[in-house]
Amino acid sequence: MIGITAYGGYVPRLRLSRQAAGQANAWYAPQFASRKGTRAFANWDEDSITLAVAAARDCLGPAEDRSRVRGLLLASDTLPFAERLNAAVVAGALTLDDGIEAMDMGGTQRAALSAFTQAIARVQAGGGDTLVLAADNRRTRAASAQELEYGDAAAAVLVGRDKVLAEYLGGSTVTADFVDHFRAAGEEVDYHWEERWVRDEGIAKLVPRAVKAALAQAGVAAAEVDHFIFPTTFAKMDQQLAKACGLGPESVVGNLAESVGDTGVPHGLLLLAQVLERARPGQTIVLAQFGSGAQALVFRVTDAIDGFKPARGVSQWLARGVEERNYTRFLSFKGQLALERGMRGEQDKKTALSTAWRHHEALLGLVAGRCEVTGSVHFPPSRLSYDAKPLQDTQKPHKLADRPARILSWSAEYLSWHPAPPHHYGQIDFEGGGRILMDFTDLEVGEVDAGTPMEMVFRIKDIDERRGFTRYFWKATPVRGAQG
Amino acid sequence: MAQGIKDKVAILGMGCSKFGERWDASPEDLMLEAYNEAMADAGISPDQLGAAWFSTHMDDVGTGRGGTPMGIALRLPNIGVTRVENFCAGGSEAIRAAVYAVAAGACDIALALGVEKLKDTGYGGLPMATVGTYIPQWYPNAVAPANFAQLASAYRARHGIDAALLKRAIAHVSVKSHANGAKNPKAHFQKAVSEETVLKAPIIAEPLGLFDCAGVSDGAAAVIVTTPDIARGLGKKDLVTVKALQVAVSNGWELQSSEWDGSYVHTARIAAKRAYEEAGIRNPREELSMTEVHDCFSITELVTMEDLGLSDDGKAVQDVLDGAFDADGRVPCQIDGGLKCFGHPVGASGIRMLYEIYLQLQGRAGPRQLANPKTGLIHNLGGQPSQNVCSVSIVGLEGA
Repeated sequence: MIGITAYGGYVPRLRLSRQAAGQANAWYAPQFASRKGTRAFANWDEDSITLAVAAARDCLGPAEDRSRVRGLLLASDTLPFAERLNAAVVAGALTLDDGIEAMDMGGTQRAALSAFTQAIARVQAGGGDTLVLAADNRRTRAASAQELEYGDAAAAVLVGRDKVLAEYLGGSTVTADFVDHFRAAGEEVDYHWEERWVRDEGIAKLVPRAVKAALAQAGVAAAEVDHFIFPTTFAKMDQQLAKACGLGPESVVGNLAESVGDTGVPHGLLLLAQVLERARPGQTIVLAQFGSGAQALVFRVTDAIDGFKPARGVSQWLARGVEERNYTRFLSFKGQLALERGMRGEQDKKTALSTAWRHHEALLGLVAGRCEVTGSVHFPPSRLSYDAKPLQDTQKPHKLADRPARILSWSAEYLSWHPAPPHHYGQIDFEGGGRILMDFTDLEVGEVDAGTPMEMVFRIKDIDERRGFTRYFWKATPVRGAQG
Repeated sequence: MAQGIKDKVAILGMGCSKFGERWDASPEDLMLEAYNEAMADAGISPDQLGAAWFSTHMDDVGTGRGGTPMGIALRLPNIGVTRVENFCAGGSEAIRAAVYAVAAGACDIALALGVEKLKDTGYGGLPMATVGTYIPQWYPNAVAPANFAQLASAYRARHGIDAALLKRAIAHVSVKSHANGAKNPKAHFQKAVSEETVLKAPIIAEPLGLFDCAGVSDGAAAVIVTTPDIARGLGKKDLVTVKALQVAVSNGWELQSSEWDGSYVHTARIAAKRAYEEAGIRNPREELSMTEVHDCFSITELVTMEDLGLSDDGKAVQDVLDGAFDADGRVPCQIDGGLKCFGHPVGASGIRMLYEIYLQLQGRAGPRQLANPKTGLIHNLGGQPSQNVCSVSIVGLEGA
């Protein structure tokens, strides 16, 4: 049996109030004034790479040993690098074995589903467990419909043979150069064609073909389907498709349009991860997505479903959202509003690539050094320990990213230029040893103090705008419950 | 066992520029201002100088790198000039080098001078530092106020101190220094401030407000040292001699292990202990007449009182509020106004602090003169509480 052996998702904490955005733009685009709900948006220090890492960690959990993952497929239409393997950054952050195969995939909204079928093929061919990640950090123009409808998120599924939670029964793809929207290489914002044509000539005709063929390949009758997932921004489009395919109306899965928006490439897997949280053994799931044609996948949930829980799961990420009514903050985080930075914002953020490579395990994986003799933990790792009698070359790799941690000291300052002032940072102590003075993210003044439990998140450290390079590191954020 | 430096070297003369927003002056002008006063005070001519040490930290405005900026600015007679750099302890390092050279007999008379021209960098606060290629890839893009503000959060946690009480205590630190600085014509800020003003100032780095931070100033200070015998031979009386010069540098323990609790400065305690031993001081609360400590931020001064053994651990808050370190207190601190009122031209600060103690010991401090001081301590803290260079120097009247 081959299928999904673990799953997870990630939705950024920030949720733009559509009403607030509509009000801010009402002078210019009054047609959006009555929009309801929120859409998820990435913090300034999040991009498709960091979103993917967050979803992967939700899926894989705090496992010390991730050697069973033998392949990584990263699907996104908004990868930060056109050349530099984005999936390799993710693999480094996850401390995956460097013997894995990692690939970037994109070019269509259904790229995550394509990544999934490629993962199935890899596993079938004996390539080992393959992690499928999908993430999008979507750029739109201010005062556009997409600004309100889109969202940012990521999802992850691990495909393998052991303890399969949802067996892959079959799938089908229709590849067609039906261009509902496009984005030329180097451009940042999509160009869209007329909605009614997209709906009636595109989605309504192409998706049923894929769904019906997938059900036929899987040997599943339409009436057997318990969960039908189809991400769309068109009202009731999913119900219309279900009907066209003979699926029961009750099978249609809510598409999170009200709270998260359409997150693009990851949205299908995100909804799947949410469905798997509540799916029962024996249930059948159809996941379809539209884009340069259409693709559909069919799954059957197994008895193992109750034996797995993601680290947080989509439902908890959803519950943690905080509404953002400050539209200029949204614009600024999306790079669409050039705020005054002052002299301290002129700092050159050039990255020494040789230095980055020399320390890549520490920087990407947050791997410290632990002295085998005394147990002292050092970050960054070094050849000599700080112990009373320094020991040389006794340190072995010691991962910190998933260890419980607390604040020793902190401050929040307004002096330096920071995209989300005040700039919070402080000393973090890790359970089992190790201390790092590091940036904090996703918090407000007054939310933390000495002793506050913190967890690690992989984020953008700096953006070198002169050379177009993003560097990444880990930051501390408060450990939050479901309602945090 | 090393013999130590006590009473082997005397101060022959000192000078200090007016500190402040010196739009009128170049770094060379500031150096000359301090140098001229020091040379006149010493009563010597340039050809009597055997060697010089030059302290400057920033190189943004042409004072950095090598000894030539000072050699040229002061037209020194081709003597050896060495630039020393140890963050905010640089001035004290220059003193240490000059004093050691004299004590070693390598030269008879040596000069140490520090200068910094911060106001030409264009920044409010200290300019951005260049920190190599690795640190920026993981370390926060940190600024000094937030690095030192962390002492406050850790101190509160360690001693269970109410945030409002600590805020009031550090406000008193600044109120006290401004009261002192108001009597000092060379200070940048010469105006007293109220506790309310300090408490209500805009936050720079939680919980430090504007008045919890030292100013950004230009300035220079110079000291000329020699042996006590030579000083007496030049007609000097009431000699001020060096009792101790100690520097302690972090080895990474504070920032990496989980043992340091962040509420004090580890190196300060080590440097103070060594300095007291070198100077033969057993009870600093009784034996020190005054201190000039590195009050880059008010919280730094407060915890330094504990690091120097002038307050018991966790008790500095009450001691500060009780006025123990006020001008009329148990051990006056920053009688000249401190970094709070002089600002912090990095390379100059250590020497400027020595200048005040030198004036006080010689009874030349004018309206802020203390009654019969015998000894004084200078404390500098470079870097940040978790990773730093700390110097503790003690000077006093000969025989004290």
